[in-house]
Amino acid sequence: MIDLTQLKSRFSDNITESTFRDNHRLVVPAHTLYPVLDCLKGEYGFDTLMEVTAVDYLEYEGATDRFGVVYVLLNTTSGERLIVKTFVNLPAPQLPSAYPLWKSADWLEREVYDMFGIVFTGHPDLRRILLPAEFTAFPLRKDYPLKGIGERHNFPVITRAES
Amino acid sequence: MPLTQLDTVAPESPDQEFQWTLNFGPQHPSTHTTLRLVLTLDGERVINAVPDIGYLHSGFEKLGEHLDFNQYVTIVDRMNYISPLANEIAWHHAVEKLLDIDLTPRCKVLRTILAELMRMHDHLLNVGTTGLDLGAFTAFLYAFQQRELIYDIVEYASGQRFHTSYTRVGGVLFDVNVDWANKVRDFIKGFRPVYNEIEKLLTRNRIFIERTKGIGVLTREDAINLGATGPIARASGVVRDLRKDEPYLAYADYDFNIICSQGGDSYSRYLVRMRELLESVKIIEQAIENIPAGPVNIDAISDIVLPAKPAVYRSIEGLIQHFEVLMPNRGYPVPHEEIYAATESPNGELGFYIVGDGTVRAYRARTRPPSYVHFAIFPHIIRGHQLSDVVAVLGSINIIAAELDR
Repeated sequence: MIDLTQLKSRFSDNITESTFRDNHRLVVPAHTLYPVLDCLKGEYGFDTLMEVTAVDYLEYEGATDRFGVVYVLLNTTSGERLIVKTFVNLPAPQLPSAYPLWKSADWLEREVYDMFGIVFTGHPDLRRILLPAEFTAFPLRKDYPLKGIGERHNFPVITRAES
Repeated sequence: MPLTQLDTVAPESPDQEFQWTLNFGPQHPSTHTTLRLVLTLDGERVINAVPDIGYLHSGFEKLGEHLDFNQYVTIVDRMNYISPLANEIAWHHAVEKLLDIDLTPRCKVLRTILAELMRMHDHLLNVGTTGLDLGAFTAFLYAFQQRELIYDIVEYASGQRFHTSYTRVGGVLFDVNVDWANKVRDFIKGFRPVYNEIEKLLTRNRIFIERTKGIGVLTREDAINLGATGPIARASGVVRDLRKDEPYLAYADYDFNIICSQGGDSYSRYLVRMRELLESVKIIEQAIENIPAGPVNIDAISDIVLPAKPAVYRSIEGLIQHFEVLMPNRGYPVPHEEIYAATESPNGELGFYIVGDGTVRAYRARTRPPSYVHFAIFPHIIRGHQLSDVVAVLGSINIIAAELDR
Protein backbone atom coordinates (compact mmCIF):
# COMPACT_ATOMS: atom_id res chain seq x y z
CA MET A 1 0.00 0.00 0.00
CA ILE A 2 1.24 3.46 -0.88
CA ASP A 3 2.72 5.55 1.93
CA LEU A 4 0.91 8.87 2.25
CA THR A 5 2.50 10.26 5.44
CA GLN A 6 4.30 12.99 3.49
CA LEU A 7 1.08 14.15 1.89
CA LYS A 8 -0.73 14.11 5.21
CA SER A 9 1.98 16.13 6.92
CA ARG A 10 1.93 18.75 4.19
CA PHE A 11 -1.84 19.26 4.25
CA SER A 12 -1.82 18.80 8.01
CA ASP A 13 -5.45 19.40 8.85
CA ASN A 14 -8.20 16.83 8.78
CA ILE A 15 -6.98 14.33 6.20
CA THR A 16 -8.09 10.91 7.33
CA GLU A 17 -6.92 7.67 5.81
CA SER A 18 -8.77 4.37 6.00
CA THR A 19 -9.00 0.99 4.33
CA PHE A 20 -11.94 -1.26 3.65
CA ARG A 21 -11.36 -4.62 1.92
CA ASP A 22 -8.80 -3.61 -0.73
CA ASN A 23 -9.97 -0.01 -1.05
CA HIS A 24 -7.49 2.58 0.16
CA ARG A 25 -9.36 5.76 1.00
CA LEU A 26 -8.60 9.33 1.85
CA VAL A 27 -11.10 11.88 3.13
CA VAL A 28 -10.04 15.48 2.54
CA PRO A 29 -11.82 18.76 3.29
CA ALA A 30 -13.24 20.49 0.23
CA HIS A 31 -10.90 23.49 0.37
CA THR A 32 -7.75 21.35 0.09
CA LEU A 33 -9.20 18.97 -2.51
CA TYR A 34 -7.52 20.47 -5.55
CA PRO A 35 -4.03 20.81 -4.01
CA VAL A 36 -4.26 17.23 -2.75
CA LEU A 37 -5.29 15.92 -6.17
CA ASP A 38 -2.55 17.98 -7.78
CA CYS A 39 0.01 16.54 -5.38
CA LEU A 40 -1.26 12.99 -5.90
CA LYS A 41 -0.95 13.38 -9.65
CA GLY A 42 2.39 15.14 -9.65
CA GLU A 43 4.26 13.39 -6.86
CA TYR A 44 2.55 10.05 -6.37
CA GLY A 45 2.02 9.28 -10.05
CA PHE A 46 -1.75 8.85 -10.07
CA ASP A 47 -2.02 9.54 -13.77
CA THR A 48 -5.57 8.35 -14.41
CA LEU A 49 -8.84 9.58 -13.00
CA MET A 50 -11.03 6.51 -13.28
CA GLU A 51 -14.20 7.75 -11.77
CA VAL A 52 -15.91 10.79 -10.30
CA THR A 53 -19.18 10.19 -8.57
CA ALA A 54 -21.28 11.55 -5.73
CA VAL A 55 -23.43 10.17 -2.96
CA ASP A 56 -26.35 12.02 -1.39
CA TYR A 57 -26.27 11.30 2.36
CA LEU A 58 -29.67 12.84 3.11
CA GLU A 59 -31.15 9.66 4.60
CA TYR A 60 -27.91 7.99 5.62
CA GLU A 61 -27.61 6.98 9.24
CA GLY A 62 -25.11 9.11 11.14
CA ALA A 63 -24.17 11.34 8.20
CA THR A 64 -23.37 14.98 8.90
CA ASP A 65 -22.79 16.30 5.38
CA ARG A 66 -25.18 16.27 2.48
CA PHE A 67 -23.05 15.19 -0.49
CA GLY A 68 -19.91 13.10 -0.71
CA VAL A 69 -17.92 13.40 -3.91
CA VAL A 70 -15.69 10.47 -4.71
CA TYR A 71 -12.63 10.41 -6.97
CA VAL A 72 -11.11 7.06 -7.88
CA LEU A 73 -7.50 7.52 -8.93
CA LEU A 74 -5.25 4.98 -10.55
CA ASN A 75 -1.51 4.79 -11.03
CA THR A 76 -1.10 2.93 -14.32
CA THR A 77 2.56 2.15 -13.62
CA SER A 78 2.20 0.50 -10.23
CA GLY A 79 -1.49 -0.42 -10.42
CA GLU A 80 -2.19 1.36 -7.12
CA ARG A 81 -5.66 2.75 -6.60
CA LEU A 82 -6.66 5.54 -4.25
CA ILE A 83 -10.15 6.76 -3.47
CA VAL A 84 -10.31 10.42 -2.52
CA LYS A 85 -13.50 11.64 -0.97
CA THR A 86 -14.72 15.05 0.06
CA PHE A 87 -17.96 16.52 1.37
CA VAL A 88 -20.01 19.48 0.17
CA ASN A 89 -23.25 20.93 1.43
CA LEU A 90 -26.29 22.85 0.29
CA PRO A 91 -27.27 25.56 -0.56
CA ALA A 92 -24.40 25.91 -3.04
CA PRO A 93 -22.45 22.67 -3.39
CA GLN A 94 -19.28 23.66 -5.18
CA LEU A 95 -15.90 22.08 -5.86
CA PRO A 96 -12.94 22.94 -8.04
CA SER A 97 -12.89 20.98 -11.28
CA ALA A 98 -10.24 18.31 -11.78
CA TYR A 99 -10.25 18.96 -15.52
CA PRO A 100 -6.87 20.78 -15.55
CA LEU A 101 -5.30 17.60 -14.13
CA TRP A 102 -7.19 14.86 -15.92
CA LYS A 103 -9.23 15.41 -19.05
CA SER A 104 -11.40 12.41 -18.19
CA ALA A 105 -12.98 14.61 -15.52
CA ASP A 106 -14.85 16.42 -18.31
CA TRP A 107 -17.81 14.10 -18.77
CA LEU A 108 -17.61 12.49 -15.34
CA GLU A 109 -18.05 15.84 -13.62
CA ARG A 110 -20.78 16.82 -16.03
CA GLU A 111 -22.70 13.73 -15.01
CA VAL A 112 -22.30 14.53 -11.30
CA TYR A 113 -23.56 18.04 -12.02
CA ASP A 114 -26.45 16.64 -14.04
CA MET A 115 -27.55 14.17 -11.38
CA PHE A 116 -26.71 16.01 -8.14
CA GLY A 117 -26.36 19.68 -9.01
CA ILE A 118 -22.82 19.94 -7.67
CA VAL A 119 -21.07 22.75 -9.52
CA PHE A 120 -17.45 22.26 -10.57
CA THR A 121 -15.79 25.63 -10.87
CA GLY A 122 -13.32 25.93 -13.72
CA HIS A 123 -14.96 23.20 -15.76
CA PRO A 124 -14.83 24.18 -19.45
CA ASP A 125 -18.30 23.06 -20.46
CA LEU A 126 -20.51 22.39 -17.44
CA ARG A 127 -24.00 21.65 -18.73
CA ARG A 128 -26.41 18.75 -18.53
CA ILE A 129 -25.26 15.62 -20.34
CA LEU A 130 -27.75 12.79 -19.93
CA LEU A 131 -30.87 14.77 -19.20
CA PRO A 132 -32.37 17.39 -21.51
CA ALA A 133 -31.36 21.00 -20.96
CA GLU A 134 -34.94 21.90 -19.93
CA PHE A 135 -34.75 19.62 -16.89
CA THR A 136 -34.60 21.58 -13.66
CA ALA A 137 -34.35 18.92 -10.94
CA PHE A 138 -31.39 16.74 -9.95
CA PRO A 139 -32.80 13.22 -10.02
CA LEU A 140 -30.21 11.24 -8.04
CA ARG A 141 -30.72 13.39 -4.97
CA LYS A 142 -32.55 11.46 -2.31
CA ASP A 143 -35.38 13.98 -2.07
CA TYR A 144 -36.29 13.32 -5.70
CA PRO A 145 -38.95 10.60 -5.95
CA LEU A 146 -38.40 7.48 -8.03
CA LYS A 147 -41.40 8.24 -10.22
CA GLY A 148 -40.27 11.79 -10.95
CA ILE A 149 -42.16 15.01 -10.42
CA GLY A 150 -43.84 15.27 -13.78
CA GLU A 151 -41.15 16.88 -15.93
CA ARG A 152 -42.09 14.87 -18.95
CA HIS A 153 -45.47 16.56 -19.15
CA ASN A 154 -43.86 19.97 -19.34
CA PHE A 155 -41.38 19.29 -22.11
CA PRO A 156 -41.82 21.64 -25.07
CA VAL A 157 -43.53 19.86 -27.92
CA ILE A 158 -42.53 20.69 -31.45
CA THR A 159 -45.40 20.18 -33.85
CA ARG A 160 -44.90 19.03 -37.40
CA ALA A 161 -45.87 22.46 -38.69
CA GLU A 162 -43.13 24.15 -36.66
CA SER A 163 -40.37 21.69 -37.50
CA MET B 1 -36.33 27.33 -17.53
CA PRO B 2 -33.19 25.98 -19.17
CA LEU B 3 -30.25 25.69 -16.82
CA THR B 4 -27.76 26.82 -19.41
CA GLN B 5 -28.06 29.05 -22.37
CA LEU B 6 -27.94 26.88 -25.43
CA ASP B 7 -25.92 29.47 -27.33
CA THR B 8 -22.97 28.90 -25.03
CA VAL B 9 -22.68 25.37 -26.40
CA ALA B 10 -19.65 24.65 -28.60
CA PRO B 11 -20.03 25.55 -32.26
CA GLU B 12 -23.26 24.21 -33.64
CA SER B 13 -23.80 26.94 -36.17
CA PRO B 14 -21.01 27.69 -38.59
CA ASP B 15 -19.25 30.92 -37.74
CA GLN B 16 -17.41 30.88 -41.03
CA GLU B 17 -18.95 30.49 -44.40
CA PHE B 18 -17.05 27.40 -45.53
CA GLN B 19 -18.01 25.45 -42.44
CA TRP B 20 -21.22 23.54 -42.25
CA THR B 21 -22.95 21.55 -39.55
CA LEU B 22 -24.12 17.99 -39.91
CA ASN B 23 -26.33 16.13 -37.50
CA PHE B 24 -25.07 12.56 -37.34
CA GLY B 25 -27.68 10.41 -35.65
CA PRO B 26 -29.55 9.78 -33.40
CA GLN B 27 -30.95 7.40 -36.00
CA HIS B 28 -28.10 6.28 -38.18
CA PRO B 29 -27.14 2.71 -39.15
CA SER B 30 -23.56 3.06 -37.99
CA THR B 31 -24.35 4.45 -34.55
CA HIS B 32 -25.98 1.03 -33.97
CA THR B 33 -28.10 2.55 -31.25
CA THR B 34 -29.20 6.07 -30.49
CA LEU B 35 -26.48 8.64 -30.04
CA ARG B 36 -26.06 11.94 -31.78
CA LEU B 37 -23.01 13.81 -33.01
CA VAL B 38 -23.08 17.41 -34.10
CA LEU B 39 -20.27 17.60 -36.60
CA THR B 40 -18.74 20.82 -37.83
CA LEU B 41 -17.29 20.15 -41.24
CA ASP B 42 -15.05 21.91 -43.71
CA GLY B 43 -16.01 20.16 -46.92
CA GLU B 44 -15.73 16.57 -45.74
CA ARG B 45 -13.15 17.20 -43.04
CA VAL B 46 -14.29 17.09 -39.44
CA ILE B 47 -13.35 20.25 -37.54
CA ASN B 48 -15.26 19.55 -34.39
CA ALA B 49 -17.58 16.90 -33.04
CA VAL B 50 -19.93 17.54 -30.16
CA PRO B 51 -21.56 14.37 -28.85
CA ASP B 52 -25.11 14.69 -27.62
CA ILE B 53 -26.10 11.71 -25.51
CA GLY B 54 -28.88 10.75 -23.16
CA TYR B 55 -31.43 9.37 -25.63
CA LEU B 56 -31.48 6.04 -23.80
CA HIS B 57 -31.20 7.41 -20.27
CA SER B 58 -33.61 5.47 -18.12
CA GLY B 59 -32.43 6.10 -14.59
CA PHE B 60 -30.75 2.77 -13.88
CA GLU B 61 -28.78 4.16 -10.95
CA LYS B 62 -31.94 5.51 -9.32
CA LEU B 63 -33.56 2.11 -9.77
CA GLY B 64 -30.52 0.51 -8.17
CA GLU B 65 -31.36 2.33 -4.96
CA HIS B 66 -34.83 0.76 -4.88
CA LEU B 67 -34.11 -2.83 -5.89
CA ASP B 68 -32.19 -5.33 -3.80
CA PHE B 69 -28.84 -6.77 -4.79
CA ASN B 70 -30.39 -9.70 -6.63
CA GLN B 71 -33.20 -7.80 -8.30
CA TYR B 72 -30.90 -5.14 -9.71
CA VAL B 73 -29.06 -7.75 -11.73
CA THR B 74 -31.93 -7.68 -14.23
CA ILE B 75 -31.27 -3.98 -14.77
CA VAL B 76 -27.52 -4.37 -14.95
CA ASP B 77 -28.08 -6.85 -17.77
CA ARG B 78 -29.50 -4.12 -19.90
CA MET B 79 -26.53 -1.80 -19.67
CA ASN B 80 -24.12 -3.45 -22.04
CA TYR B 81 -26.58 -5.75 -23.73
CA ILE B 82 -23.87 -7.06 -26.04
CA SER B 83 -22.25 -8.88 -23.12
CA PRO B 84 -24.90 -8.96 -20.39
CA LEU B 85 -23.29 -11.65 -18.28
CA ALA B 86 -20.10 -9.61 -17.95
CA ASN B 87 -22.16 -6.84 -16.33
CA GLU B 88 -23.84 -9.27 -13.95
CA ILE B 89 -20.49 -10.69 -12.93
CA ALA B 90 -19.13 -7.20 -12.37
CA TRP B 91 -22.14 -6.16 -10.29
CA HIS B 92 -22.07 -9.21 -8.07
CA HIS B 93 -18.29 -9.00 -7.83
CA ALA B 94 -18.77 -5.59 -6.22
CA VAL B 95 -21.63 -6.75 -3.98
CA GLU B 96 -19.67 -9.77 -2.83
CA LYS B 97 -16.70 -7.61 -2.06
CA LEU B 98 -18.91 -5.36 0.06
CA LEU B 99 -20.30 -8.39 1.90
CA ASP B 100 -16.90 -10.11 2.04
CA ILE B 101 -18.14 -13.30 0.41
CA ASP B 102 -15.66 -15.81 -0.94
CA LEU B 103 -17.23 -17.79 -3.76
CA THR B 104 -16.96 -21.54 -4.11
CA PRO B 105 -14.23 -22.77 -6.49
CA ARG B 106 -16.84 -24.15 -8.87
CA CYS B 107 -18.64 -20.83 -9.09
CA LYS B 108 -15.40 -18.95 -9.67
CA VAL B 109 -14.45 -21.16 -12.60
CA LEU B 110 -17.97 -21.13 -14.01
CA ARG B 111 -18.13 -17.35 -13.89
CA THR B 112 -14.67 -17.12 -15.45
CA ILE B 113 -15.78 -19.25 -18.38
CA LEU B 114 -18.92 -17.18 -18.83
CA ALA B 115 -17.02 -13.91 -18.58
CA GLU B 116 -14.63 -15.06 -21.30
CA LEU B 117 -17.49 -16.25 -23.49
CA MET B 118 -18.97 -12.78 -23.09
CA ARG B 119 -15.66 -11.21 -24.04
CA MET B 120 -15.67 -13.25 -27.24
CA HIS B 121 -19.31 -12.32 -27.77
CA ASP B 122 -18.55 -8.61 -27.49
CA HIS B 123 -15.36 -8.68 -29.54
CA LEU B 124 -17.02 -10.74 -32.29
CA LEU B 125 -19.79 -8.19 -32.56
CA ASN B 126 -17.34 -5.34 -32.59
CA VAL B 127 -15.06 -6.88 -35.21
CA GLY B 128 -18.04 -7.88 -37.30
CA THR B 129 -19.77 -4.54 -37.25
CA THR B 130 -16.56 -2.59 -37.77
CA GLY B 131 -16.21 -4.59 -40.96
CA LEU B 132 -19.88 -4.08 -41.78
CA ASP B 133 -19.65 -0.31 -41.40
CA LEU B 134 -16.74 -0.31 -43.81
CA GLY B 135 -18.53 -2.51 -46.32
CA ALA B 136 -17.19 -5.97 -45.43
CA PHE B 137 -20.41 -7.88 -45.00
CA THR B 138 -19.08 -11.45 -44.98
CA ALA B 139 -16.93 -11.13 -41.86
CA PHE B 140 -19.98 -9.82 -40.06
CA LEU B 141 -21.94 -12.96 -40.95
CA TYR B 142 -19.14 -15.25 -39.78
CA ALA B 143 -18.96 -13.35 -36.49
CA PHE B 144 -22.69 -13.42 -35.91
CA GLN B 145 -22.91 -17.12 -36.61
CA GLN B 146 -20.41 -17.70 -33.78
CA ARG B 147 -22.29 -15.32 -31.49
CA GLU B 148 -25.39 -17.43 -32.06
CA LEU B 149 -23.52 -20.46 -30.71
CA ILE B 150 -22.56 -18.51 -27.60
CA TYR B 151 -26.21 -17.57 -27.16
CA ASP B 152 -27.04 -21.27 -27.23
CA ILE B 153 -24.47 -22.01 -24.53
CA VAL B 154 -25.75 -19.20 -22.32
CA GLU B 155 -29.35 -20.25 -22.91
CA TYR B 156 -28.49 -23.81 -21.91
CA ALA B 157 -27.08 -22.58 -18.60
CA SER B 158 -29.58 -19.90 -17.68
CA GLY B 159 -32.71 -20.46 -19.74
CA GLN B 160 -32.37 -17.10 -21.45
CA ARG B 161 -30.46 -16.11 -24.55
CA PHE B 162 -30.08 -12.43 -24.06
CA HIS B 163 -30.87 -10.91 -20.67
CA THR B 164 -29.84 -13.87 -18.61
CA SER B 165 -30.01 -12.53 -15.01
CA TYR B 166 -27.89 -15.55 -14.20
CA THR B 167 -25.67 -14.57 -11.29
CA ARG B 168 -26.86 -14.23 -7.71
CA VAL B 169 -25.17 -12.95 -4.58
CA GLY B 170 -22.90 -15.82 -3.60
CA GLY B 171 -23.43 -17.97 -6.66
CA VAL B 172 -25.48 -18.45 -9.78
CA LEU B 173 -29.10 -19.28 -10.52
CA PHE B 174 -28.61 -22.84 -11.81
CA ASP B 175 -25.66 -25.18 -11.79
CA VAL B 176 -24.34 -26.44 -15.13
CA ASN B 177 -23.92 -30.04 -16.21
CA VAL B 178 -21.75 -32.20 -18.47
CA ASP B 179 -23.83 -31.46 -21.54
CA TRP B 180 -23.19 -27.77 -21.07
CA ALA B 181 -19.45 -28.38 -20.81
CA ASN B 182 -19.63 -30.41 -24.02
CA LYS B 183 -21.39 -27.56 -25.76
CA VAL B 184 -18.60 -25.20 -24.73
CA ARG B 185 -15.99 -27.72 -25.92
CA ASP B 186 -17.73 -28.04 -29.29
CA PHE B 187 -17.89 -24.30 -29.66
CA ILE B 188 -14.21 -23.86 -28.85
CA LYS B 189 -13.25 -26.61 -31.27
CA GLY B 190 -15.19 -24.99 -34.06
CA PHE B 191 -14.12 -21.45 -33.30
CA ARG B 192 -10.53 -21.40 -34.52
CA PRO B 193 -11.34 -22.23 -38.17
CA VAL B 194 -13.94 -19.45 -38.22
CA TYR B 195 -11.49 -17.09 -36.56
CA ASN B 196 -9.05 -17.83 -39.37
CA GLU B 197 -11.73 -17.07 -41.93
CA ILE B 198 -12.54 -13.72 -40.32
CA GLU B 199 -8.87 -12.89 -40.12
CA LYS B 200 -8.33 -13.77 -43.79
CA LEU B 201 -11.21 -11.52 -44.73
CA LEU B 202 -10.13 -8.48 -42.79
CA THR B 203 -6.60 -8.39 -41.40
CA ARG B 204 -4.79 -8.07 -44.73
CA ASN B 205 -7.73 -6.66 -46.66
CA ARG B 206 -6.40 -3.60 -48.43
CA ILE B 207 -9.63 -1.62 -48.24
CA PHE B 208 -10.02 -2.41 -44.55
CA ILE B 209 -6.45 -1.40 -43.77
CA GLU B 210 -6.69 1.86 -45.68
CA ARG B 211 -9.92 2.75 -43.94
CA THR B 212 -8.57 2.02 -40.45
CA LYS B 213 -4.79 2.37 -40.34
CA GLY B 214 -3.69 5.73 -39.01
CA ILE B 215 -7.31 6.74 -38.40
CA GLY B 216 -8.42 7.92 -34.99
CA VAL B 217 -5.01 7.77 -33.33
CA LEU B 218 -5.06 7.87 -29.54
CA THR B 219 -1.59 8.37 -28.09
CA ARG B 220 -0.48 6.62 -24.93
CA GLU B 221 -0.41 9.88 -22.91
CA ASP B 222 -3.91 10.80 -24.05
CA ALA B 223 -5.20 7.31 -23.34
CA ILE B 224 -3.97 7.56 -19.74
CA ASN B 225 -5.12 11.13 -19.22
CA LEU B 226 -8.53 10.56 -20.77
CA GLY B 227 -9.15 7.47 -18.68
CA ALA B 228 -9.25 4.89 -21.49
CA THR B 229 -9.31 1.28 -20.37
CA GLY B 230 -9.64 -2.14 -21.90
CA PRO B 231 -8.80 -2.88 -25.54
CA ILE B 232 -8.72 0.82 -26.40
CA ALA B 233 -6.02 1.60 -23.82
CA ARG B 234 -4.10 -1.57 -24.70
CA ALA B 235 -4.16 -0.66 -28.39
CA SER B 236 -2.46 2.60 -27.39
CA GLY B 237 0.30 0.81 -25.50
CA VAL B 238 -1.03 0.95 -21.92
CA VAL B 239 -0.10 -2.43 -20.49
CA ARG B 240 -3.01 -2.87 -18.16
CA ASP B 241 -5.54 -5.64 -17.71
CA LEU B 242 -7.45 -6.12 -14.49
CA ARG B 243 -7.44 -9.87 -15.04
CA LYS B 244 -3.69 -9.74 -14.43
CA ASP B 245 -3.29 -6.62 -12.29
CA GLU B 246 -6.06 -7.25 -9.78
CA PRO B 247 -6.91 -10.92 -10.36
CA TYR B 248 -10.50 -11.74 -9.51
CA LEU B 249 -12.51 -14.95 -9.97
CA ALA B 250 -10.16 -17.72 -11.10
CA TYR B 251 -8.00 -15.69 -13.51
CA ALA B 252 -4.85 -16.12 -11.42
CA ASP B 253 -4.92 -19.85 -12.20
CA TYR B 254 -4.79 -19.59 -15.98
CA ASP B 255 -2.11 -18.95 -18.51
CA PHE B 256 -2.89 -16.11 -20.90
CA ASN B 257 -1.31 -12.97 -22.26
CA ILE B 258 -2.24 -9.31 -22.23
CA ILE B 259 -2.55 -8.21 -25.83
CA CYS B 260 -1.11 -4.78 -26.53
CA SER B 261 -0.32 -2.70 -29.55
CA GLN B 262 1.42 0.60 -30.01
CA GLY B 263 -0.41 2.03 -33.00
CA GLY B 264 -3.35 3.52 -31.12
CA ASP B 265 -5.39 3.70 -34.32
CA SER B 266 -8.56 1.92 -35.37
CA TYR B 267 -6.56 -0.87 -36.95
CA SER B 268 -4.62 -1.52 -33.72
CA ARG B 269 -7.86 -1.68 -31.80
CA TYR B 270 -9.13 -4.22 -34.30
CA LEU B 271 -5.95 -6.30 -33.97
CA VAL B 272 -6.06 -6.22 -30.16
CA ARG B 273 -9.64 -7.41 -30.16
CA MET B 274 -8.87 -10.20 -32.60
CA ARG B 275 -5.96 -11.51 -30.56
CA GLU B 276 -7.94 -11.24 -27.36
CA LEU B 277 -10.44 -13.63 -28.89
CA LEU B 278 -7.68 -16.23 -29.04
CA GLU B 279 -6.59 -15.50 -25.46
CA SER B 280 -10.18 -16.00 -24.33
CA VAL B 281 -10.23 -19.32 -26.15
CA LYS B 282 -7.05 -20.27 -24.28
CA ILE B 283 -8.61 -19.43 -20.92
CA ILE B 284 -11.80 -21.33 -21.68
CA GLU B 285 -9.84 -24.36 -22.89
CA GLN B 286 -7.97 -24.47 -19.58
CA ALA B 287 -11.02 -23.79 -17.44
CA ILE B 288 -13.55 -26.11 -19.05
CA GLU B 289 -11.42 -29.21 -18.41
CA ASN B 290 -10.98 -28.37 -14.73
CA ILE B 291 -14.35 -27.30 -13.36
CA PRO B 292 -14.14 -28.24 -9.66
CA ALA B 293 -16.83 -30.47 -8.21
CA GLY B 294 -18.89 -29.37 -5.25
CA PRO B 295 -21.60 -26.83 -4.66
CA VAL B 296 -21.92 -23.84 -6.94
CA ASN B 297 -23.43 -21.55 -4.33
CA ILE B 298 -21.84 -20.57 -1.06
CA ASP B 299 -22.86 -22.39 2.10
CA ALA B 300 -26.67 -22.63 2.06
CA ILE B 301 -27.03 -21.79 5.77
CA SER B 302 -25.65 -18.31 5.19
CA ASP B 303 -29.10 -16.72 4.66
CA ILE B 304 -27.85 -15.03 1.52
CA VAL B 305 -28.50 -17.59 -1.20
CA LEU B 306 -31.73 -19.44 -1.86
CA PRO B 307 -31.64 -23.08 -0.71
CA ALA B 308 -32.06 -25.87 -3.26
CA LYS B 309 -35.65 -26.66 -4.14
CA PRO B 310 -35.70 -30.17 -2.55
CA ALA B 311 -34.65 -28.61 0.76
CA VAL B 312 -37.45 -26.03 0.49
CA TYR B 313 -40.11 -28.64 -0.15
CA ARG B 314 -38.92 -31.34 2.28
CA SER B 315 -37.47 -29.58 5.31
CA ILE B 316 -38.69 -26.82 7.56
CA GLU B 317 -35.20 -25.27 7.76
CA GLY B 318 -35.06 -24.98 3.99
CA LEU B 319 -38.53 -23.43 3.86
CA ILE B 320 -37.66 -20.91 6.56
CA GLN B 321 -34.48 -19.93 4.79
CA HIS B 322 -36.31 -19.57 1.50
CA PHE B 323 -38.68 -17.07 3.07
CA GLU B 324 -35.92 -15.34 5.01
CA VAL B 325 -34.21 -14.59 1.70
CA LEU B 326 -37.32 -13.54 -0.19
CA MET B 327 -39.37 -11.61 2.36
CA PRO B 328 -38.96 -7.86 1.86
CA ASN B 329 -38.58 -7.09 5.57
CA ARG B 330 -35.90 -9.75 6.14
CA GLY B 331 -32.42 -9.97 4.79
CA TYR B 332 -28.80 -10.35 5.74
CA PRO B 333 -26.46 -7.90 7.42
CA VAL B 334 -24.75 -5.46 5.06
CA PRO B 335 -21.94 -3.26 6.39
CA HIS B 336 -22.35 0.52 6.62
CA GLU B 337 -19.51 0.94 4.16
CA GLU B 338 -18.65 2.03 0.67
CA ILE B 339 -16.75 0.07 -1.90
CA TYR B 340 -15.41 0.51 -5.41
CA ALA B 341 -14.85 -2.74 -7.24
CA ALA B 342 -14.02 -3.15 -10.90
CA THR B 343 -13.71 -5.99 -13.36
CA GLU B 344 -12.25 -6.16 -16.83
CA SER B 345 -15.36 -6.18 -18.96
CA PRO B 346 -14.95 -6.71 -22.71
CA ASN B 347 -15.13 -2.97 -23.22
CA GLY B 348 -12.81 -1.87 -20.43
CA GLU B 349 -12.97 -1.26 -16.74
CA LEU B 350 -16.53 -1.78 -15.53
CA GLY B 351 -16.65 -0.57 -11.95
CA PHE B 352 -19.38 -0.27 -9.38
CA TYR B 353 -19.34 2.09 -6.43
CA ILE B 354 -21.76 0.72 -3.86
CA VAL B 355 -22.77 2.37 -0.61
CA GLY B 356 -24.26 -0.06 1.87
CA ASP B 357 -26.61 1.19 4.59
CA GLY B 358 -27.40 -2.04 6.43
CA THR B 359 -30.29 -3.09 4.19
CA VAL B 360 -30.19 -5.44 1.23
CA ARG B 361 -30.67 -2.49 -1.11
CA ALA B 362 -27.76 -0.39 -2.15
CA TYR B 363 -27.90 3.16 -0.80
CA ARG B 364 -26.09 4.23 -3.94
CA ALA B 365 -25.26 2.00 -6.88
CA ARG B 366 -22.99 3.90 -9.19
CA THR B 367 -21.78 2.35 -12.43
CA ARG B 368 -18.52 3.36 -14.01
CA PRO B 369 -19.36 2.47 -17.60
CA PRO B 370 -16.43 2.13 -19.99
CA SER B 371 -18.48 3.34 -22.98
CA TYR B 372 -19.19 6.64 -21.26
CA VAL B 373 -15.54 7.44 -20.71
CA HIS B 374 -14.61 6.18 -24.16
CA PHE B 375 -17.20 8.29 -25.94
CA ALA B 376 -15.74 11.38 -24.28
CA ILE B 377 -12.48 10.48 -26.07
CA PHE B 378 -14.18 10.41 -29.45
CA PRO B 379 -14.09 14.17 -30.25
CA HIS B 380 -10.36 14.21 -29.46
CA ILE B 381 -9.46 11.49 -31.93
CA ILE B 382 -11.82 12.35 -34.80
CA ARG B 383 -10.72 15.94 -35.45
CA GLY B 384 -9.05 16.36 -38.80
CA HIS B 385 -10.38 13.15 -40.32
CA GLN B 386 -12.91 12.71 -43.10
CA LEU B 387 -16.63 12.37 -42.55
CA SER B 388 -16.51 8.72 -43.62
CA ASP B 389 -13.90 8.03 -40.93
CA VAL B 390 -16.43 8.94 -38.25
CA VAL B 391 -18.01 5.57 -38.90
CA ALA B 392 -14.71 3.70 -38.76
CA VAL B 393 -13.64 5.32 -35.49
CA LEU B 394 -17.06 5.06 -33.88
CA GLY B 395 -17.06 1.36 -34.64
CA SER B 396 -13.59 0.81 -33.25
CA ILE B 397 -14.27 2.34 -29.84
CA ASN B 398 -17.38 0.17 -29.44
CA ILE B 399 -19.95 2.52 -27.99
CA ILE B 400 -22.94 0.74 -26.51
CA ALA B 401 -25.52 3.46 -26.04
CA ALA B 402 -27.49 1.66 -23.34
CA GLU B 403 -24.37 1.53 -21.21
CA LEU B 404 -23.47 5.07 -22.21
CA ASP B 405 -26.76 6.53 -20.99
CA ARG B 406 -27.94 3.99 -18.43
